[in-house]
Amino acid sequence: MKILKTLEKYMEDPSLELVASGHRACQGCAEVLALRMAFKVLGKNTIVAMATGCMEIISTPLPITCWRLPWIHVAFENTAAVASGIESAIRILMAKGKIDKKWINVVGVAGDGGTSDIGLQALSGALERGHRLIYICLDNEAYMNTGVQRSSSTPYGASTTTSPPGKKSIGQSTWKKDMPKIAVAHNIPYVATACPSYPFDLFNKLKKAKEKDGPSYIHILSVCPTGWRIPSEMAIEYGRLAVRCGMFPLYEVEDGVYKMTFKPDTLIPVEEYIKGQGRFRHLTEKEIKEIQQRVNSEWEKLNKLCEITKP
Amino acid sequence: MAKKMEEYKWQDLNAGCVIDEPGNSLQYKTGEWRILRPLTDYSKCTKCGLCWLFCPDNAMRPKEDGFFASHPDYCKGCGICAQECKFEAIKMVEDKK
Ligand SMILES: Cc1ncc(C[n+]2csc(CCOP(=O)(O)OP(=O)(O)O)c2C)c(N)n1
Ligand code: SF4
Ligand code: SF4
Ligand code: SF4
Ligand SMILES: [Mg+2]
Repeated sequence: MKILKTLEKYMEDPSLELVASGHRACQGCAEVLALRMAFKVLGKNTIVAMATGCMEIISTPLPITCWRLPWIHVAFENTAAVASGIESAIRILMAKGKIDKKWINVVGVAGDGGTSDIGLQALSGALERGHRLIYICLDNEAYMNTGVQRSSSTPYGASTTTSPPGKKSIGQSTWKKDMPKIAVAHNIPYVATACPSYPFDLFNKLKKAKEKDGPSYIHILSVCPTGWRIPSEMAIEYGRLAVRCGMFPLYEVEDGVYKMTFKPDTLIPVEEYIKGQGRFRHLTEKEIKEIQQRVNSEWEKLNKLCEITKP
Repeated sequence: MAKKMEEYKWQDLNAGCVIDEPGNSLQYKTGEWRILRPLTDYSKCTKCGLCWLFCPDNAMRPKEDGFFASHPDYCKGCGICAQECKFEAIKMVEDKK
């Protein structure tokens, strides 16, 4: 298999599937694809703490699990706190000579609700204390598992059950919370955005995160056909459109230095991304223009940050 | 795992709800959800592996000859493999189960 050879650059064993088939994610779910890809890089020597959310429910309906790793289901609020505890325990056991000194990856995973709303306090604590852990936010831009409620990561204008559009409502009335920048503000070694539509970029970033001796925060845009109201086969393409229109830029921040990891020569209009998604169906031309302006100014800001922080 | 999920009673669960069989989800055949299935025209296939890489269910699997085929037990028929194949080698067809 040619592709396995290519992947050897990023991971020990590209054929390893740590997220087994038989999970119950919807058809075409790019959130579970993000997990499949991420854990290929992280490998066997890994412990996972995961908040409730789609990925917990679809992976582990007791007594069944698709995980082939030590995995613990934690409460909504405390993914990063549990991951911190696991990391500290590993350090102590190593110091006491009770386990080998070969480092074990400690990974916390939560959705956008579990990260940008409910688990934010625990996450901030973990990042600030400097634990060596990798925190992955799977951002499908709403509380999907409970039937599509808005989170602070839901994009402006999107329709959810708790941000319904109507005569007096555009849908989601607030702009998406900038979680990666909140992580950057903790001055941690590594922050990155990623999307399974760009697998090699994603692999690269997880590989870097794995090697850091401190906290890493990886924010993965995870297209959810069910909540976004798009056909299941379009999940990869919509991730691509999100990146190419500048709505979800792929970048990394290594020790405070911002770098675009994929820079389209010209951005496609956000309309190309928005149209075709049921959650944005109600938006008028004027509203789409407003979104376009916001994307343009955010894009410029990000480019400036790359310039300013260049060593 | 010894028993099917439906046959489990709460008394059978391990203390702390520990699952001691990693990856036992294999017993759950998500192929039953499928309406369409991918059909590959191997004369167009370059063995690039993108269909394998993008399958959310790890249902598109390599064969001994280097080509790929969807696993009937797990393919949910999402159509991603067909959509993402750069060589238009995969078509989604009705699955007559
Ligand atoms: C404290 C608490 N509040 C609410 C819930 C119900 N609940 C379970 S999963 C979920 C949605 C999760 O959303 P998100 O974190 O974005 O993950 P997704 O399902 O979208 O992947 C909610 C509200 C809960 N389990 N615990
Ligand atoms: S609701 Fe969305 S994120 Fe959740 S399993 Fe379905 S497709 Fe995946
Ligand atoms: S993506 Fe298409 S060309 Fe590539 S291996 Fe799959 S079927 Fe063959
Ligand atoms: S149709 Fe979907 S589930 Fe089936 S093999 Fe293709 S990508 Fe995988
Ligand atoms: Mg979510």
